[in-house]
Amino acid sequence: MFGKLTWSAIPWEEPIPLAAAAVVGVALLAVLVWVVATGRLPYVWREWVTSVDHKRIGVMYCLLALVMLIRGFIDAIMMRTQQAVAIGAAGYLPPDHYDQIFSAHGTIMIFFVAMPFLIGLMNVVVPLQLGVRDVAFPTFNSVSFWLTAAGALLVNLSLVIGEFARTGWLPFPPLSELAYSPGVGVDYYLWALQISGVGTLITGINFVTTILKLRAPGMTYLRMPMFCWTSLASSLLIVAAFPVLTATLAMLLLDRYLGFHFFTDEAGGSVMMFMNLIWAWGHPEVYILVLPAFGIYSEVVSTFSGKPLFGYRSMVAATMAICVISFMVWLHHFFTMGAGADVNAIFGIASMIIAIPTGVKIFNWLFTMYGGSLRFTTPMLFAIGFMITFVIGGMTGVLLAIPPADFVLHNSVFLVAHFHNVIIGGVLFGAFAGYNYWFPKAFGFRLEEGWGKASFWCWLIGFYLAFMPLYALGLRGMTRRLQHIDRADWAPWLYVAEAGAIVIMAGIACQVVQLVVSIRRRAALCDVTGDPWDGRSLEWATASPPPAFNFAALPDVHGLDAYWNIKAGARQQAVQQPEPRYQPIETPRSSATGFVTAFFATFFGFALIWHIWWLAALSALGAFATFVVFAWRDRTWDEISAEEVARIDRAHQAARQRSLAEAPAR
Amino acid sequence: MTETFDHEHGSGEDTAPGDERLDGSGVAQGIRGYLMGLLLAAGLTAASFYLAQSPWIWPHGVPAALTALAIGQMGVHLVFFLHLTTGPDNTNNVLALAFGVLIVGLIIGGTVWIMYNMNHNMAPMAHMTGPSG
Amino acid sequence: MTVAERAAFPDDPHHVGHGAQAEAPGHGAGGPAGKRIVVGYGFWIFLLSDFVLFSCFFAAYAVLRNASAGGPTESRLFDLTTVAAETACLLISSFFGGLASLAAGARQMLWFQAMMGVTFLFGAGFVALEASEFARFIGLGAAPQRSAFLSAFFSLVGCHGIHVSCGLLWLLTMMAQVLAKGFRPDILRRILCFTLFWHALDIVWVGIFTVVYLTGVAP
Repeated sequence: MFGKLTWSAIPWEEPIPLAAAAVVGVALLAVLVWVVATGRLPYVWREWVTSVDHKRIGVMYCLLALVMLIRGFIDAIMMRTQQAVAIGAAGYLPPDHYDQIFSAHGTIMIFFVAMPFLIGLMNVVVPLQLGVRDVAFPTFNSVSFWLTAAGALLVNLSLVIGEFARTGWLPFPPLSELAYSPGVGVDYYLWALQISGVGTLITGINFVTTILKLRAPGMTYLRMPMFCWTSLASSLLIVAAFPVLTATLAMLLLDRYLGFHFFTDEAGGSVMMFMNLIWAWGHPEVYILVLPAFGIYSEVVSTFSGKPLFGYRSMVAATMAICVISFMVWLHHFFTMGAGADVNAIFGIASMIIAIPTGVKIFNWLFTMYGGSLRFTTPMLFAIGFMITFVIGGMTGVLLAIPPADFVLHNSVFLVAHFHNVIIGGVLFGAFAGYNYWFPKAFGFRLEEGWGKASFWCWLIGFYLAFMPLYALGLRGMTRRLQHIDRADWAPWLYVAEAGAIVIMAGIACQVVQLVVSIRRRAALCDVTGDPWDGRSLEWATASPPPAFNFAALPDVHGLDAYWNIKAGARQQAVQQPEPRYQPIETPRSSATGFVTAFFATFFGFALIWHIWWLAALSALGAFATFVVFAWRDRTWDEISAEEVARIDRAHQAARQRSLAEAPAR
Repeated sequence: MTETFDHEHGSGEDTAPGDERLDGSGVAQGIRGYLMGLLLAAGLTAASFYLAQSPWIWPHGVPAALTALAIGQMGVHLVFFLHLTTGPDNTNNVLALAFGVLIVGLIIGGTVWIMYNMNHNMAPMAHMTGPSG
Repeated sequence: MTVAERAAFPDDPHHVGHGAQAEAPGHGAGGPAGKRIVVGYGFWIFLLSDFVLFSCFFAAYAVLRNASAGGPTESRLFDLTTVAAETACLLISSFFGGLASLAAGARQMLWFQAMMGVTFLFGAGFVALEASEFARFIGLGAAPQRSAFLSAFFSLVGCHGIHVSCGLLWLLTMMAQVLAKGFRPDILRRILCFTLFWHALDIVWVGIFTVVYLTGVAP
């Protein structure tokens, strides 16, 4: 009746997961009770859960990412602590748990922190920067978010019911095959990623279409903000790479569920082929993560230097070059698997070549800062911290791209240090910079600067303390994923690394405090004009937060840095923009499709994991029925009357006028 | 800065992929296009089936010939059934297809090349495919 | 842009572009594109992602085609007559799908339903032939669990077959929707998407019968 599911699936004998589950369960229940008891449920359902507005969806993505960051970080500090105390000792985490923790850490950080964070920022900002009202497929956008959330739910459920994979964040066979991982752990991983992978692919399609087909009048390709270019490149990579992940994980699922022989040890299966295919996805994936972060830096650096971005066209060329070359380097993840010197050499050279366009970008950012009037706000600090940190990480990457060097360093903690260097220094700092930069746009008040700066310094110092020792240890021969350490002389390095983790924890605490304090003091931190940073692109032309329709009338774009031009023109002519002829605006209707689809998808995944076939069939039917209901809708649009549009827009313009009158003109 | 453009067809610059952009009187022309596509595709298909079995082509050249015919058939589908042309209104569609073809080529070509080298270098294991499992 | 406008809105202050006034033609620079183009293009991008999905199964097949683990091989199993019949079914189905889209463009209800019906019949014929082929293989002991080659074969050809089956379900839904709601613009957009899907599946089939069947039995 319930497949493999029994009461023993809950870890009654293991205090740590049980305690963690209890804490999370109580927290979730508390939030739910608060929402219902204060009568907020209709609001939450109507304005957030069923919303198809890109700004709302983006905020939910970022919220998911921040919550999962805490879960992923707890995994991290547990690992660091284990390595610090298990030198010549057993430590407090048995190997069985340790393996699940490092697997969960990687899976959560990449799929449920980095991806949602950047996709969330793309969601909030890209349509505004393009000067349009929403993405190409708003309801699909909602489906994407909820499917991602469903995947995150499944991964977290594995903590409470059953176990997680012990294979690392990429499930290499033969360990991940049924023979060596007979439990449900790998299945949790596979179904969580297949479900959220569909969501991500839809996002990729959505943004490629939006950026190529939906832009304000006059916005040619070479007038798009840099963040839109990098979002385009990242979305193209999503469309190109995620099907590979889906196919490869599907092959592993076929092996596990139906006894196929893609990657088995016997009957002709090829374990090596899994590495090849999964890294053909895995390498583009890291560029999917870092390209939007590069775009964020372009926006932040030019705004807080008070100058247009230096070398816009070379930036565009570099971005598209990275996009294409990133699909030609994947073998560098398995130099040691035995393809031979000539194959290794070609991929090694390609891996070095891809550092060049990134170098172009770094120089362009530096030249943008040169001669500018710099403002060292929190986003700008993260950008500067990125430039230094990412260059170090990039250099170690080029070092690893040399096959002979990689033979020594492959799967050592040198590698671990390298990829954390580029992911934290590149992706995460970019996400934090974007979060601080665009928070006022999304919510109407700024984040508190003091706590923001404190969080930056804690993250920066904590990162270096935590990961620089790993470079040294890697060169001394320490391999990754060690549950206990036999070398006492490695201890000092590991203690420093543990200290770094604690400093990072302080950084995260600062970010939590920053959010709480900012919400409390939101009246004082209010952003009245919609343009708190004296920005250059179109999102700053709207109110904070923007109305549902974004722009009362789509702006006419005459050049790069469209909003800067509008402001310069307005100052020159010393008048406000004339009032547009207000028209009624069509907005897409809210829909529960996303939430309901994800609901059925979660049950579908859970049922398949535990082999509850009747539930799987029922859930699949439910998902299909949801789709049919969605397709049978007659009314898909709502209309906002011209009077309503006029009222909202006039209020915003009045607020702007008041604030301009109070402040001296620059 | 007004909203009065045609929501369905927009500024009229681009063509949706697969769209024919015919007016009502073009139905006969449309049917002729599909018929032509059907005949060409059928011819190329028949040629591949025949060539795969016939003695006319040097055996080692058969895969190449079949590949050429397959590309021909795909081209017929793209042009006659999907109306993909080289006109400026189709640029985005063709570029997207080119990108897709590049990725497909990299994945299939890359995998075959890499795995061939892997299996070649790891030879002693490669032929242990006996029915042991 | 006029000379005065260019002066007022300089977009290349450091003169690093190739002529500050050079403009990319930028399709979509005339404002957001219409819905038909947006939906069609979005679906086209989805189809390209589907091609990438298929390419992974093709790649796996290319790697594993000789890993028959002492079991049945291509020459033992493949029957080109069945494959030719399947190919004919799919090609003719594609042709009638094209005629159906012409009928939709001309808003001819009866022709549309008739052409869609014929499209369905030939498509269903394809699926039936393929199902019988799979059953025959399994009967001969050539199940996908027998060897890596068979796993790869069943996955690649089966993936295509599942796509066709979903397409048939979609086809019936479209026939029902058009009957119930007429040729509404959003339904016409879905017909456009279906047509794209159906032709794309035929393109993939060309790859399959060439790479799997014809090169498989070539001497």
